[in-house]
Amino acid sequence: MSVGTVIFLVVAAVAILAAIGMLLSENAIHSALFLILNLACVAFFYQMLNAPFMAMVQITVYAGAIMVLFLFVIMLLGAERLRTPHGRFAWQVPVAFVLAVVFVVTVVVAVLGGGLRDMPPPPAMTEVEAAAYGGPEQIGEALFTRYVLPFEMVAVLLLASMIGAVVLSREEGFSISRGERLQRARGRRDALSLHHRRQEDLETEDVAGDLTPTR
Amino acid sequence: MEPVSTGAYVIVSAILFTIGVLGVLIRRNAILMFMSVELMLNAANLALVAFAREYAQVEGHVLTFFVMTIAAAEVAVGLALIVAIFQSRETINVDELSDLKQ
Amino acid sequence: MEGLFNLAPLVILAPAVGLLINLFIGGRLRERSVGWIASIAAGTSFVFAAVLSFGLARSPAGGAVYVTDWVKLPLAGVDIAWDLRVDTLSVTMMLAVAGVGTLIHVYAIGYMHGDAGFRRFFVYLNLFLVAMLTLVSGNNYLVLFVGWELVGLCSFLLIGFWLHKPERDPETGEIAGYKNTAAAKKAFIVNRVGDFGFLLAILLIFWTFGTLTYGPPVAAHGEEDGAHGGAATLAAQEAEVASEDGLCVPHGEGVFEMAEAFMAAGCDVKLGSSRVPIGAMITLITLLMILGVTGKSAQIPLFVWLPDAMAGPTPVSALIHAATMVTAGVYMVTRSNVLYELARGVSVLPFGLTSPGVLTIIGALTAFMAGTVALAQWDIKRVLAFSTVSQLGFMVAAVGLGGYIAGMFHLVTHAFFKALLFLSAGSVIHGVEHGHHHAHDAPEGPEEKTFGYRHGVLDPQDMRNMGGLRQKMPATFWVYLIGALALAGIVPFAGFWSKDEILLDAYSRGDATGWFALILLMTAAAFTAFYMGRQVFMIFFGAPRTQAAAHAQESPPIMTRPLVVLAFFSAVAGFLNWPGTHSFGHWLQESVAYAHIADFNLALALLATLLALLAIFFAALLYYWRPALRADGADRLGGLGRLWRFLNRKWYWDEFYELIAVQPFNGIGRFLAGRLDGDFLHDWFHDTLIWRSFDRAAAFLGAFDLKIIDGAVNGLGWLAAQAARYLRRVQTGYVRQYALGVLVGAIVLLFILVLPLLIANSG
Repeated sequence: MSVGTVIFLVVAAVAILAAIGMLLSENAIHSALFLILNLACVAFFYQMLNAPFMAMVQITVYAGAIMVLFLFVIMLLGAERLRTPHGRFAWQVPVAFVLAVVFVVTVVVAVLGGGLRDMPPPPAMTEVEAAAYGGPEQIGEALFTRYVLPFEMVAVLLLASMIGAVVLSREEGFSISRGERLQRARGRRDALSLHHRRQEDLETEDVAGDLTPTR
Repeated sequence: MEPVSTGAYVIVSAILFTIGVLGVLIRRNAILMFMSVELMLNAANLALVAFAREYAQVEGHVLTFFVMTIAAAEVAVGLALIVAIFQSRETINVDELSDLKQ
Repeated sequence: MEGLFNLAPLVILAPAVGLLINLFIGGRLRERSVGWIASIAAGTSFVFAAVLSFGLARSPAGGAVYVTDWVKLPLAGVDIAWDLRVDTLSVTMMLAVAGVGTLIHVYAIGYMHGDAGFRRFFVYLNLFLVAMLTLVSGNNYLVLFVGWELVGLCSFLLIGFWLHKPERDPETGEIAGYKNTAAAKKAFIVNRVGDFGFLLAILLIFWTFGTLTYGPPVAAHGEEDGAHGGAATLAAQEAEVASEDGLCVPHGEGVFEMAEAFMAAGCDVKLGSSRVPIGAMITLITLLMILGVTGKSAQIPLFVWLPDAMAGPTPVSALIHAATMVTAGVYMVTRSNVLYELARGVSVLPFGLTSPGVLTIIGALTAFMAGTVALAQWDIKRVLAFSTVSQLGFMVAAVGLGGYIAGMFHLVTHAFFKALLFLSAGSVIHGVEHGHHHAHDAPEGPEEKTFGYRHGVLDPQDMRNMGGLRQKMPATFWVYLIGALALAGIVPFAGFWSKDEILLDAYSRGDATGWFALILLMTAAAFTAFYMGRQVFMIFFGAPRTQAAAHAQESPPIMTRPLVVLAFFSAVAGFLNWPGTHSFGHWLQESVAYAHIADFNLALALLATLLALLAIFFAALLYYWRPALRADGADRLGGLGRLWRFLNRKWYWDEFYELIAVQPFNGIGRFLAGRLDGDFLHDWFHDTLIWRSFDRAAAFLGAFDLKIIDGAVNGLGWLAAQAARYLRRVQTGYVRQYALGVLVGAIVLLFILVLPLLIANSG
């Protein structure tokens, strides 16, 4: 077992544990922090996979930008501690686990039983190649020559999402007051209940329950 | 340093993806579901980069770059939506939101 | 002078122009203008005809004037042009038609005054002139036939002129029918039978001779001049007319010369698969023509339409149904005299008859029969109608006897005096009607004995309602008297000369047919004198029998002046053919090949005149020296009982036709309409077979549609609703459940992708 393999296994273990930690944490802040750890592990993998540029982007974009955004929203909403009463769909948890196991097993079987098992590790690159491969120069050249059109489209997409986020977050973005919104919800509920009462098989209380605010 | 085989990376990627899926299926907190989605994207990215090295091509990197960009955009809009929903419904518990039925 | 012949088309054109003017702008003209335009058109036609006759006086052979091509089929060798024939025969007819026509036009201006259809009437009259002149001027049988049909159409239109005039039931006063339209239909349909025969004759002529053109009259100067003019040439032609197998080969220009040549050659005509000798063929053709004659010229057995045709306006009765149109048959036989004389030598009919013999017998019988019927009629116009039938019988018998000149001569004189009589009768009717209105203005008066009253309406045509009109209508009386004397055949009026010639022809024929005709015609002539005497005495002498007759007025001058002109001609027309000069005979001989001039026979003339005078004496005995009607209102001849009724009912001809033709026809009609169309087609075929089957099929298909088709569709809808009812539970709206579904799907896809891989590697 080479040094690389050991390092890989350790990092992989950290990554998986961090992911599990994210999954199980009661506190959303903790979850976010676990996720950051996980992302860092992935960045490390990138470095191991001769993708230094991607590793840097991973750190800056994910850990630096996206996760900060998450933390910011969690703190804004005060949702770091979420009560989790017995959910409406308690049966879904075991089903999800079973499906997850099936999924992992399938992939592992596919990898081990398929072409990847016997595939030899790729030949180690020369120093020059390794220095050039996955570097900003190479990526930049691909992005701005062959993939310039998708690149520009993604730029437009980013702009659109930025504007959308701004519009959604503004209170005035809905252009109606909160009271009006509630009134509308009630009107809609009446209309709905009228509609549903005609369909006798549908429990009206169900509809009402759906629309009733939790608090 | 001996390179680790691509298959190992793919298996790690699969495990991380599965944990992400579990997060989406089990957690009811909308923010956490979002973080799980990010985890799944990351797992996919990992597999992409691993395969890129396997074939010594840079396209995997480019694709990962695009995924990251789109993830960033998605997070921006998604978090804005969560904030908006919280403002109107006073909750981010997805089990209390069933408007999709209509 | 033959250049004058080129004016011939103008004879036809003049009334055509008149009718077009009246047709298009007549509506904006005053009534009198319309009448005068039509009259002047007719007069112009007469003037042109007179000009043609001057031309003929210089070059009597006549000629043909080309107008236009007509039926032309080069491949079939058919080339029938519209040529006008200008010869003495056609110009004689033109003069008679246009001359009498003009006078009647003028008369009608007065007679039709105030009628709603005044313009229509004159348009029809002009159209009739066009048709009749086309008929007489055509140079081939096809033009003759077109004219023949057109005059039939005009007759139909004019008989039914008062088509809205209802006939009321005498008891209830309800509308029982439309006499005018019924009479018009009767005339048209009866004529159809005759026209059918004539058309067949024309087709056979074309089949035999390959042409319809008359061609020049052949036997140039008749039998009296001895041999046929061109006998030598005919013999020379014999070789070329018959082919080797003895079939006739059409070779010449005209029908008549070919007929002569064929007869001389004795060749055969192919008819279908059989060969018919030319003599039999000509006999067949002439017999079919006779059928046409019996229709148009009102002979037994097709005369029945003519008495009813008197329902039309009186000028129409005078012009069409007395003077001109009904003589078309006589003209046609005269025109075809070559064929008839050839047929006279062929005896293929039973009892040794020939087709001219048949014609003679028909004419003589008709003359006798109609003469007897006229004895027992009350309607003034009906008496004249039967008199016309009788006189037409004279003419037909005459041409059948070969007396073409006598027939044509009688045609011309008859045109004058019968037109005169009809127009005078119209004047009488007119006067009595006025008297009737006048009498009603002065209600006081003696109790009327009105025999012709029908539901309070006086019948102004019934002679029983007249009497004593001599003082009231003197002008009408005198012209009527002249007409009656001419018709009765009293010296020196026109009828005497022409009738005498006919009797002479019958006498000089010498065979059985001739004697048969002589006896019947002699009797008919005596009857003629009797019924004309009866009529004059009943109308003009004695005391007025009604207020209407007592208040009758003379007609206006526009009506009486043409009467005077006609009376003049009725008196003097006999001198046209004055014995010794025979100018009319020589004139006609130019165009009628077999015309012969009969010498005057004093004994026969004396006998005929004696008979006529005797008949008039008897008439005076019955109707002048005693009241014209018996005390009970019956006729003086009513004592004859059954015989009287037999005559009064016109020998039951109408009943006979009712029995043998109308009722079977109506029966067939009822069968076709009631049984076949109503019961079978409608009730059974439509209702039972189609309608009900359709109903049943529809009921079945309806059920099928409702239960099976709709059931299937509704079932599908129900299924979808049920499926939705359960499937909607899946749609919870919870994101996490959706995500679970997505995961399941993803795993399934993954299996699908990975499975072949595993299978491949497990092996």
